[in-house]
Amino acid sequence: MTRDLRITDSTLRDGSHAMAHRFTEAQVRHVVAALDAAGVEVIEVSHGDGLGGSSFNYGFSATDDITLVRAAAAEAVAAKIAVLLLPGVGTVEDLRQAREAGASVARIATHCTEADVSAQHFAAARDLGMETAGFLMLAHRLDPRALAVQARIMVDAGAECVYVVDSAGALVLEEAQTRVRALIGEIGAEAQVGFHGHQNLSLGVANSVLAYQEGATQIDGALCALGAGAGNAPTEVLAATFDRLGVRTGVDVPGVLAAAEEVVRPLIPRLPWMDRASVVQGYAGVYSSFLLHAQRAAERYGVPAHVLLQRAGEAGYVGGQEDMIIDIALQVQRERETAGAAG
Amino acid sequence: MMARATAAIVGPGNIGTDLLAKLQRSEHVDVLYMVGVDPDSGGLERARRLGISATSGGVNWLLDQPELPDLVFEATSARAHLASAPRYAEAGIQAVDLTPAAVGPMVCPPVNLREHLTAPNLNMITCGGQATIPVVRAVSSVTAVPYAEIVASIASRSAGPGTRANIDEFTTTTARAIESIGGAERGKAVIVLNPVDPPMIMRDTVFCAISPDADTGAITESVLAMVAEVARYVPGYALRADPQFDPPAADWGGWARVAVFLEVRGHGDYLPPWAGNLDIMTAAAARVGEVLAVAARPGVIA
Repeated sequence: MTRDLRITDSTLRDGSHAMAHRFTEAQVRHVVAALDAAGVEVIEVSHGDGLGGSSFNYGFSATDDITLVRAAAAEAVAAKIAVLLLPGVGTVEDLRQAREAGASVARIATHCTEADVSAQHFAAARDLGMETAGFLMLAHRLDPRALAVQARIMVDAGAECVYVVDSAGALVLEEAQTRVRALIGEIGAEAQVGFHGHQNLSLGVANSVLAYQEGATQIDGALCALGAGAGNAPTEVLAATFDRLGVRTGVDVPGVLAAAEEVVRPLIPRLPWMDRASVVQGYAGVYSSFLLHAQRAAERYGVPAHVLLQRAGEAGYVGGQEDMIIDIALQVQRERETAGAAG
Repeated sequence: MMARATAAIVGPGNIGTDLLAKLQRSEHVDVLYMVGVDPDSGGLERARRLGISATSGGVNWLLDQPELPDLVFEATSARAHLASAPRYAEAGIQAVDLTPAAVGPMVCPPVNLREHLTAPNLNMITCGGQATIPVVRAVSSVTAVPYAEIVASIASRSAGPGTRANIDEFTTTTARAIESIGGAERGKAVIVLNPVDPPMIMRDTVFCAISPDADTGAITESVLAMVAEVARYVPGYALRADPQFDPPAADWGGWARVAVFLEVRGHGDYLPPWAGNLDIMTAAAARVGEVLAVAARPGVIA
């Protein structure tokens, strides 16, 4: 079948943040079966922070990544299983194990200015015979031209597609559009361009449509928006919207709606939502995965989560620096005690 | 005063130049030579201005000198050190290796240096290792640590091409050292590069799993003492807050946790203060040099 763009579903990876990394093998099998039946071609399965993310800093996985990848690969009939890897968190060894467990797409993610730390991982992925994609995270932090330069580094290292990743859900329409356009201009002749949107300002789907119109051919979503912050562009809404636009994704709309409603919705303890904290993330440009960590630190230290997130944005912290949220909480707590003593 | 130990620095780049500035303040180590391979190297010129015999003749030149140094500090690359290490050993020169070559035992001055004073070659692990292993050891000397995890955040501008091309080397080497030197049963290391401007000062967080009934007072005391010990040779090494203790959480397998938040501000010798990751490597290497120099000269007190 001919299609115009390919949707990658990240319910079982980005959604892992919203599930506090508690996905079970049975849940993974149900979700993969439903997505596969609905015609979703690529299904990402990993800890929210990528392979090797299970830790104090990001949260421990209830079930080991590789076990979940193996279950997903066993369940999938047509779909490919993708894994995410953040250099500095996961290693080539993790990638090798994921490959052995049946993953065939490697998505290598760096902060948008640090593409050159991914070279050894792209090389390893290609050696392992995997399809590759690069993730330039927090893409709002770089102007379009500079972002394209980073995309070039990833393509030269072996990326077959580079994503504009709006990790903070901070890109507003034209800002997404101009970044995708710049990447198409720089790498479009040799590689694909993708877009990964979040809902913190409710623009995940709209930005994805604009990205497609600029030439992006890979778009990420998650069922029921299950993902970090206010969640991802919902896969079922992407499928329905692109269908209305006459853009062929290969995804069966009634099938993917059923997957969202009947398979994923019942297993979600708390639907992602645009509450104060997650809107602040989009507004202040803060990494979406910080949300649950900020809520935990807020409770532990008696300070408001949205204040912690605002400060994380001001400090310019990037993906991976979840530990700094506790540091900010301690600081805010000290400031409040001092103010209290003075007042 | 007894004669100082003599030394050469091989590798006149940023690290070698910063190390030279630190060793010039040493009462125990006298740097005679700065060795490079590029005649146009700015580092060689800077060393010459300080009165050091500086050459682009490489290790061949060094080993041809009538007066061989007692110590050589290697600040080149793993590949270069792998080639030179046997030659230093043959010439009887003790090597302090700042590259990832890991020819000799990994050392962290306040933790295990005393065990390796006569090793022909000592490796400085990684910047994240130098910053965090002392804290892991401080905790594991009080209570069993089944798992320790460190997160090192460094300014993007302080990560050189070598680090960037092989970031897995940092995480795996550091994790191994957390186990073998820090005393954790299992170790994990994470590194994050942050491009914010002005550059962020190096930050390190150490998480240790501990028993829910571990003596938190004794752990705090041990960590504070160790931080003071490291600060003797890395003046910008400091706690951001007292150690934080948390009771077991749902996903921690029954373990409680201590979290230690560190800042490493560089001394600003040659490298800027935000490059605490580089400063702690050169400061720790200088410290190793001083301790080796004193150990080799009985009667001298460090």
